[in-house]
Amino acid sequence: MVNLTIDGRKITVEEGTTILDAAALAGIRIPTLCYLRDINEIGACRVCVVEVEGCAKLVTACNNKVWEGMVVQTNSPKARKSRRNNVELILSQHDCQCATCVRSGNCTLQTISNDLGILELPFEKKLPKASWPMDFPLIRDAKKCVKCMRCIQVCDKIQSLNIWDVAGTGSRTTVDVSKNRKITEADCALCGQCITHCPVGALRERDDVDKALDALADPDKITVVQVAPAIRTAWGESFGLTREFATAKRLAAALKQMGFDYVFDTTFSADLTIMEEANEFLERLKDKDAKFPMFTSCCPGWVRFLKSQYPDMTDQLSSAKSPQQMFGAVAKTYYAQILGVDPARICSISIMPCVAKKQESALPTMNDAGAGQDVDIVLTTREICRMIRALHISPEKLEEEEFDAPLGTGSGAGVIFGATGGVMEAALRTAYFLVTGRNPDPDSFKEVRGMDGWKEASFNLAGTCLKVAVASGLGNTRKLMKAIRKGKVDYQFVEIMACPGGCAGGGGQPIRDGAELAGDRCQVLYGLDKVSSLRFSHENPSVRKCYEDFLEAPLSHRAHELLHTDHHGWQMPGEGRE
Amino acid sequence: MSRLSIITQDQAQTTVEELYKDLERRISASPPGLCPVDLAASFLKVCHAQSCGKCVPCRVGLGQLQELMEAVLNGEADLGTLDLIEETARNIFYSADCAIGYEAAQMVLKGLRGFRDDFEEHILRGRCKLELNQPVPCVSQCPAGVDIPGYIALVAEGRYGDAVRLIRKDNPLPAVCGLICEHPCEVRCRRTLIDDPVNIRGLKRFAVDHAGEVPLPVPAIPTDKKVAVIGGGPGGISAAYYLSLMGHQVTIFEQRKHLGGMLRYGIPNYRLPREILDQEIDHLLSIGIQVKTGVTVGEDPDITELRKEYDAVYIAIGAHTDRKMGIEGEDAKGVISAVEMLRGIGDGEMPDFTGKDIIVIGGGNVAMDVARSAIRLGAKRLRIAYRRRAVDMTAMREEVEGAIEEGCELLDLHAPLRIEKDADGKVAALWVKPQIIGPVKRGRPAPVDSSQEEQRLACDMVIVAIGQGIESKEFEKQGIPVKRGVIDALNWSGINSKDLTGVFAGGDCVTGPATVIRAIAAGKVAAANIDEYLGYNHRISVDVEIPRVRLDDRKSCARVNMKERQPSDRAKDFELIECGMTCEEAGQEARRCLRCDHFGFGILKGGRVEKW
Repeated sequence: MVNLTIDGRKITVEEGTTILDAAALAGIRIPTLCYLRDINEIGACRVCVVEVEGCAKLVTACNNKVWEGMVVQTNSPKARKSRRNNVELILSQHDCQCATCVRSGNCTLQTISNDLGILELPFEKKLPKASWPMDFPLIRDAKKCVKCMRCIQVCDKIQSLNIWDVAGTGSRTTVDVSKNRKITEADCALCGQCITHCPVGALRERDDVDKALDALADPDKITVVQVAPAIRTAWGESFGLTREFATAKRLAAALKQMGFDYVFDTTFSADLTIMEEANEFLERLKDKDAKFPMFTSCCPGWVRFLKSQYPDMTDQLSSAKSPQQMFGAVAKTYYAQILGVDPARICSISIMPCVAKKQESALPTMNDAGAGQDVDIVLTTREICRMIRALHISPEKLEEEEFDAPLGTGSGAGVIFGATGGVMEAALRTAYFLVTGRNPDPDSFKEVRGMDGWKEASFNLAGTCLKVAVASGLGNTRKLMKAIRKGKVDYQFVEIMACPGGCAGGGGQPIRDGAELAGDRCQVLYGLDKVSSLRFSHENPSVRKCYEDFLEAPLSHRAHELLHTDHHGWQMPGEGRE
Repeated sequence: MSRLSIITQDQAQTTVEELYKDLERRISASPPGLCPVDLAASFLKVCHAQSCGKCVPCRVGLGQLQELMEAVLNGEADLGTLDLIEETARNIFYSADCAIGYEAAQMVLKGLRGFRDDFEEHILRGRCKLELNQPVPCVSQCPAGVDIPGYIALVAEGRYGDAVRLIRKDNPLPAVCGLICEHPCEVRCRRTLIDDPVNIRGLKRFAVDHAGEVPLPVPAIPTDKKVAVIGGGPGGISAAYYLSLMGHQVTIFEQRKHLGGMLRYGIPNYRLPREILDQEIDHLLSIGIQVKTGVTVGEDPDITELRKEYDAVYIAIGAHTDRKMGIEGEDAKGVISAVEMLRGIGDGEMPDFTGKDIIVIGGGNVAMDVARSAIRLGAKRLRIAYRRRAVDMTAMREEVEGAIEEGCELLDLHAPLRIEKDADGKVAALWVKPQIIGPVKRGRPAPVDSSQEEQRLACDMVIVAIGQGIESKEFEKQGIPVKRGVIDALNWSGINSKDLTGVFAGGDCVTGPATVIRAIAAGKVAAANIDEYLGYNHRISVDVEIPRVRLDDRKSCARVNMKERQPSDRAKDFELIECGMTCEEAGQEARRCLRCDHFGFGILKGGRVEKW
């Protein structure tokens, strides 16, 4: 243990504690900007500088450790002036258009600057110029970048894709796509983790809110909106609502108030995905020539990762489309039939915790319903929250409303799609039923739950031992893939989600700087599953009816046409070049 | 009113003089990996500030060039801008009145020639072409990538054994390198920005001297793979050591009686004592390396046989043949090559030069080694004849100074013409042509014949030390690719041949004569890639915890330099001439390290490679 004094308070902390953590234990908050625990401890912004007795130079609290007898002043005139000066310098190169910034009100720089009471800048403003393809799902605004390097580190250390890098030196040092590539040439998975870890508004998703508003305003359009499972865990965060209050049904009420014609639940098509994917898996198990493991395909970030990093394994992806795309295909066929309308009139909109979904909906292969793209507009959780604000809806005053029928009905198995391990668990519940003809205890497969980056389990499926694995986060995924390649592990079925914790921690979810909320959000989904009266995808009455009336059976010809896809129908940058 | 007055500098001028010194040090320790266009623009700004402002090209032109270069950097230029820059710079070069103007323009032109593609990248794509990085200077300058801030911090804490273990992760010969490494690590040491570079080599020696015997790590589980290493110099030993650590069975084939290569047959005892060399080599061999000395691979066995018997082969034969000057009389009795002389000494055959008048030809480290050895062997008079000026010698400055202190006379600007023989065919004299220093060509001043008369330097012996080559003929016959006299190998050490797989080469035999640390680095690279070739991925790491950084280490404190025994004493024997640091000195020197692994870019990227 180490004894030290911070701002006059004596405190004893463990050896190896940083000054920042020691101060926090003493109840003193030192402001930080670039710091991200365990990921970015580089002392670049120099906002957390403190004065240490005996040292002429100021010391960064975030990455320097305490020592016995250390005397720290977090607010001495020297520390205070330097901190303020450094923030002023950062602001001199930051495009402070807070009124038109997506992160206004949720920007660490804005908070620090306001807290320090900086009212005017002594420096001339100098902003860099850089171009960016504004139709790309991921947008970077160089004028707002504070060069904290967090995006680089998250992509390197958590996602192992190294999309970002420091570019240039000297005064023109900035962050850019690595290896001198353009973003459109890069093997970016579009997971959006760089966005959710950006302290300011330099990174964001392409904003498609206007497109949605246009669709709502168009009297000829029938707007059909689907809400992904993970949205219900997080949308209320943006409004300061509790998770208990900000339910899916309250979001449904908001969407109806906005004027969406039909408000549905992606949980329905998650159940549909299970029907197709579980059957496909059982078929593959029978096939002597099939290569294992079979990989889930519902996460477009993961699909992009696999196609760019391990293209030769693309055929091991389930051919089932993601729930978003199954929903889109069903909405513009089956549901158009039910409504008795021309599918071309349907504008299919999805609300997703994800940036990659924007790109997935635009793939050339995702138009099987024959009426344009099966999903026309994809909005992230953050965008739908902005849209709620834009339309002056006060969610705290809304009563819950039911989703519309029939595509609004989902099982607990569909709901847990939003959590790492959820797809695996849902698929196993139904696979067990398909093999044995009876339902398992719905909690039989809970070993695959939890926030571990790489989980494995084996289950007895009617006498066959089934080895499965679940990974979330692409760094964990790469470790798992390497182990598979080297023959160190052997699984039949593997679920991957690109974002740590799964969609609950998705790159399109609300941002709270410094907090990793995926774990809490996943708990919401498991709670919903637990209390659900429907816990098996194959028992979803709407799904059953859809097969009876329209799709015939899982893996039928029509199911194949609408619900499955050819992953070779498009290419990742660099794919197939070797 | 006085007619004349004494000029004294005012405070501003004195300060500016100090700033010049600061800038000089700053430039000399400029970090690697900077944007060259940005640097060129910044240099131009300095040049412009130096302008007196009298003449148009310099006063206005240099400013306009700056604006144009800024436009390039800001992505506001087009390719036509480059033409305008070139045109303007050329005009300034031709029309400026003094060197402040025309040499500034010359720098711009040089940049345009040297990194035009980078200018273009800035214009076309708004960024630097180079994949810039800002690594820890010392680590990136060390060919073997030794964790220098790590071991210096360990020395500061008195953890000498851990320091040696940490060094061995990347360099298995710390005792050798502590004495004779050319320390490229010190060239860009960031400490220079404050005062002087850290004496890194000296601290390494100190760690080794005070660590006692440091046990080697336990090798990985044995594989059934056999690797042959041809050549037992520093590169071969390094490769053999790491491959053994990885669990492979390694045999070193050495042509001479003993291992060590140039460490034994090139470097005199007074710089690297044999007992230290032997101790270090024997310690490394104890890991289980087999050695066959007196075997000339290429003759028996030949490389193809060897390749059949072993799963992989590493060629590290060094550069051991002497070069001829090609002048008249070179065949005279009493003309010997430096290689020949040092080789004999390496095997303990000490020639007797008592009473001899000797001239050494050459200006490199080997020339100094033979000159200083000859003094120790009793030479009556020793002169070193060199074509260029003393300052142009490629030998390290301390070597040249040491030689002079020990009584060697330096005849610079003396180009050898011919060797005069006496009636018995023995050396009678060396004829030289006095030179005058001329233009700088590719960074080196070139001498040309002066109008002075040829000179006759009477002497008994001539020792030729003008470089080495490699013995590649036998290897070439057996299908090893040879290009410009050296083995043609790629940057991952594989030889450049599609027909021969599993054959690797590195060190002097690939690069031409270089340094011990480059040979070690080549051995390390080869070990990693041979392991990979054999189908493994053994990683080399060490479990040494690096001490935390200190926050109080930036006060000015100059460098502790190495001391040497007095010239009059040391010139009489072959004992080590360099004295180690005292404990007090080492502690002070180690605390000068700025820990660039923690402060600066190192904490973001490239600060520490924990395994390879």
